[in-house]
Amino acid sequence: MKMKLTDLTIIQAHQGLKKKEFSALELCKAYLEKIKEKDKEIFAFLTVIENLALSQAKKIDDLISVGKEISILAGLPCAIKDIILVEDVKCTAGSKILENYIAPYDATVIKKLKSEGCLILGKTNLDEFAMGSSTENSAFGPTHNPHDLTRVPGGSSGGSAAAVAANECVYALGSDTGGSIRLPASFCGVVGLKPTYGAVSRYGLIAFASSLDQIGPITKTVEDCKIVFEAIKGWDDMDSTSVELSQKPKTKNEKLNLKEIKIGIPKEYFIKGIDGEVKKAIEATIKKYQEMGAKIEEVSLPHTEYALPAYYIINPSEASANLSRYDGIKYGFSKKQETRNKKQDLLDVYLKSREEGFGQEVRRRIMLGTYSLSAGYYEAYYLRAQKVRTLVKKDFEKVFEKVDCLLTPVSPFVAFKIGEKIKDPLSMYLVDVYTVSVNLAGLPALSLPCGKAGSLPVGLQIIGKPFEENRILEIGEIFEKACQR
Amino acid sequence: MISKEEVKHIAKLARLGLTEKEREKMQKELSSILDYIEKLGDEDKSSSSPFAIARVKEVDISVENVMRNDEVRRLKPEVRRKIIEQAPETKAGYLKVKLILNK
Repeated sequence: MKMKLTDLTIIQAHQGLKKKEFSALELCKAYLEKIKEKDKEIFAFLTVIENLALSQAKKIDDLISVGKEISILAGLPCAIKDIILVEDVKCTAGSKILENYIAPYDATVIKKLKSEGCLILGKTNLDEFAMGSSTENSAFGPTHNPHDLTRVPGGSSGGSAAAVAANECVYALGSDTGGSIRLPASFCGVVGLKPTYGAVSRYGLIAFASSLDQIGPITKTVEDCKIVFEAIKGWDDMDSTSVELSQKPKTKNEKLNLKEIKIGIPKEYFIKGIDGEVKKAIEATIKKYQEMGAKIEEVSLPHTEYALPAYYIINPSEASANLSRYDGIKYGFSKKQETRNKKQDLLDVYLKSREEGFGQEVRRRIMLGTYSLSAGYYEAYYLRAQKVRTLVKKDFEKVFEKVDCLLTPVSPFVAFKIGEKIKDPLSMYLVDVYTVSVNLAGLPALSLPCGKAGSLPVGLQIIGKPFEENRILEIGEIFEKACQR
Repeated sequence: MISKEEVKHIAKLARLGLTEKEREKMQKELSSILDYIEKLGDEDKSSSSPFAIARVKEVDISVENVMRNDEVRRLKPEVRRKIIEQAPETKAGYLKVKLILNK
């Protein structure tokens, strides 16, 4: 049976283009068709850029027809989280305050993908300014999980993960501040990578919490994830936190031997609150790794329980500073309100524009962050949280002296119902319990499907040492291949 | 429990307009979140030094400063134009700002 064009992975689609089994234009049209057919009910896309995508496809076809070598991502339709700038395309960050904002330049990751000949289908939905774990905080409405439309896709990169899961694109980019790539990848049954802090340039990523944010790929397979990561990583003059990576991916001949790998299981990730079926799926996966030859060892990350409260101080603090730029003056939504009696002054513009432009969760975090940073509370909150951050980081350093990587669940439960947690902000924060430590410590982590609980996907998290993306990707790939057999 | 006055004060610092009803809601929500965050207080962390990632070095995940020359980077005129065009109010290529000083 011939596979549908929209089912293809990066490698398969690239091979098909090279062998002229189909054209880039046919591929692009198939995806646009799929979006038309499916996105009404999923709502993964905020903007679809049909004409630009089609003209780019024709360019790639011209290259192929004259026999030019094309790079692996050339002509492959992708989707970009709507918090990453694509020149001359609207970039809303899921917020009313940026509803009509047109990106004046390309983010570095977009420049890199464009130089590979990528084809951008559109911009995907997200929690407003990436603040959330369900994509319900988008000012434009929630995205639905393709596995069950009554459930959330996870967040904040919910649109990107749902688009990949629903075959509305070959791959997508997301961003991860406390789990925003890994959680939706897990809920939607696809692969997501949060790279090491500094591995990928954030120039052109709308800033949320700058000591935590990273851009990363969301893909159908681990192999695809590797390809996209290779394309976007590296030092950038425009982002002083970015680093040049010296580690090269292994060639085919030097395959990773699982027998030489020691895997740590942090016991703090398997206690109260975890769903029984999720636990079962993760334990079965650990057993599988053991059968394939890996050494399994229980380890401890003693400060795990403090990571989430520390995160919910550091994250809003940085957010409140970053979001002070939305003032109704420089760009974005501006509220004019002059009456006969009172001429509007500058402060009125600030107050009104921010009151009407920001949604509930964004306002909550601005308040929480401003509180934590304000005189009299700084030592009790922000400083204390930063101290905890050091302890969390040291926990990881200590276990990585003994083991090569850690296996944990991505989330204590599977995708929840739309509306289930949105009314209680704290219950939504608790969704991130297994993912935030990784951001506090700046580590790379992979999320990949490892089974199901009922009909819903369960995600496995593989946490690696700094800049060892390739190693955790290889460890993930071994499991993925073993499952296909 | 955070007080109503504190909510008002923080909103002012954050330049965030809040209605009376929202102030009450915010008071409740912030209090419940801050109660949870209080978990941090259970243990003595005074021996630990605060840490914020600035830049990660390969191999060793320690912090280092990154400096650049303090010089203006010229934008392409086209990009400059696109950025100015985003402003709600402009005049002769400048951003227009509301009254700051009252006469």
